[in-house]
Amino acid sequence: MADVAMGAAALVEERSPGRSKALASLKFGDLVFGRLTQAAAALVLLILSGVILSLLLGAIPAIRAFGLGFLVSEQWNPVTEKFGALAPIIGTVTTSIIAMAIAAPVGVGIAVFLTELCPQALRRPIGIAIELLAGIPSIIYGIWGLFVLAPFVQAYVEPAIIAVFGPIPVLSSVFAGPPYGIGTLTAGFVLAIMVVPFIAAVSRDVFDTVPPVLKESAYGIGCTSWEVVRRVVIPYTRVGLIGGMMLGLGRALGETMAVTFVIGNAHKITSSLLAPGTTISATIANEFTEADGQLYTSSLIALALILFVITFLVLAAARLMLARLERQKGR
Amino acid sequence: MERFASRRRSSAIMMGLSTGVTAFGLVFLALILGTLLWKGLAGLNLAVFTQMTPPPGGKGGLLNAIAGSLAMTSLGVIVGAPLGMLAGTYLAEYGRYSKLASLVRFINDILLSAPSIVIGLFVYQIIVAPLGHFSALAGVVALAILVVPVVVRTTEDMLLLVPAPLREAAAALGLPRSHVILKVAFRAARAGIITGVLLAIARVSGETAPLLFTSLNNQFWSSNLNAPMASLPAVIFQFALSPYADWQQLAWTGALLITLTVLTLSVLARWLSASRTNK
Repeated sequence: MADVAMGAAALVEERSPGRSKALASLKFGDLVFGRLTQAAAALVLLILSGVILSLLLGAIPAIRAFGLGFLVSEQWNPVTEKFGALAPIIGTVTTSIIAMAIAAPVGVGIAVFLTELCPQALRRPIGIAIELLAGIPSIIYGIWGLFVLAPFVQAYVEPAIIAVFGPIPVLSSVFAGPPYGIGTLTAGFVLAIMVVPFIAAVSRDVFDTVPPVLKESAYGIGCTSWEVVRRVVIPYTRVGLIGGMMLGLGRALGETMAVTFVIGNAHKITSSLLAPGTTISATIANEFTEADGQLYTSSLIALALILFVITFLVLAAARLMLARLERQKGR
Repeated sequence: MERFASRRRSSAIMMGLSTGVTAFGLVFLALILGTLLWKGLAGLNLAVFTQMTPPPGGKGGLLNAIAGSLAMTSLGVIVGAPLGMLAGTYLAEYGRYSKLASLVRFINDILLSAPSIVIGLFVYQIIVAPLGHFSALAGVVALAILVVPVVVRTTEDMLLLVPAPLREAAAALGLPRSHVILKVAFRAARAGIITGVLLAIARVSGETAPLLFTSLNNQFWSSNLNAPMASLPAVIFQFALSPYADWQQLAWTGALLITLTVLTLSVLARWLSASRTNK
């Protein structure tokens, strides 16, 4: 197309110089616009590399002072300036595991209900409600968790858990200690409530991509609803389902406000889920503005770097897995 | 027959479970909105919109926080949205299958769900630390960085929905490529792109973590972009964790305001995209 336009430009040039000037300015505008969009796209890469670079630079004092021991040390003492990331890392992983253990089955269950069982009239309203709730900012879940969920968990859920699991040898240490209400378990609950609408919305969308013919033929040979879901819908949508869960996990790992309110911010590792703990993001949110001294600030930035690397790996793994499963399906 | 009965039974159990978790989920979500309305409405009065945030135990409202949130969110979107649209345009119109485009797409998807607190620290490192003080400007930059990936994604998706024959027809008339994109493709995708911007506004208007280390907070009125500025989420964070009943009440009211804003924006976005598909 460009060749033709140029040929035309040469042709008209002989007849009217004004027109060729107009064409040249159009071509120039074209070039500028194209480069502009390309630069904006490159900006996305620049942001990512900027984030990684600035965190790395900021973390250098902490890395120099503690080395790899930073990753496995439990100490977190601003007075003696000894810092280690183990407690926040474990807290982040534990709360995310609790959240995913609850949110993944519940979210997929909601999606199954919406696509297979729900009366047509209710399908849209419930679907819209879930999508809207997926967009509610996390601080709302945080404030609700602090004032409503935590007292409830303290008064009813945790005593019940202690009563049930207390006499069992291994589980009793997992659920040891007094019911504070605020702690790892409650933080996991709040995260789960936050992630459920997200997973439900994504799973519903992927379930909707199953061709009706597949489901109808399964029903036609006498499958029950569960068998249709288990043998047709889930295998067909495996790719999207895993992607949705990984995205939910990424969200749970990096979530700050919902957790900060209810985790208790205690830098110690206990086997008990009922005890207050901390996560990487909660530590940063609670302590960064009050951190004095280069090493303290640098240690918090090193924590952020760890968090970013973890979430990056989870999200990148999700993408690569999706790509591989996609290829398998193509074969 | 025995086998059939057990299959029927397991199906009934699983389907019962999925209905159960849906009811469970809806009850929880209703509970959240219910408490929010109940506690938030109790403190909603004119003073909230006309008075500054109070010292502990004093009377006051959220005026400076509301104004700060509005200012920083709108500036962040004004900076971030055009950049996102341009990058999305590159992905959909110019790059499409190029190496750069697939890399940008991959990175953008990761930034889309990257922890926002890390973005806050990044902006702290590049703006707050060199300047030596917290500022609303840094908050704006942090929000703009969060806006970009959302807008990139929706702009690309919406431009890809525009049928190719439309572009070919425009090109056949001799329109230069930038005009084909700006005057034809963008016009066809307009509602979708606006939807994306609305979703981006909804996303950043409740963001707290990136503001904590950039715009910080400010108990007083400030219109200076080079100084700390109050914002609703930061005020909610501070007030909710305080032991004062007045402050906690204001935190609930602020939470209600944010939620209503976000819900309104999302409903508006849905309505826009619905009116587009009906046409």
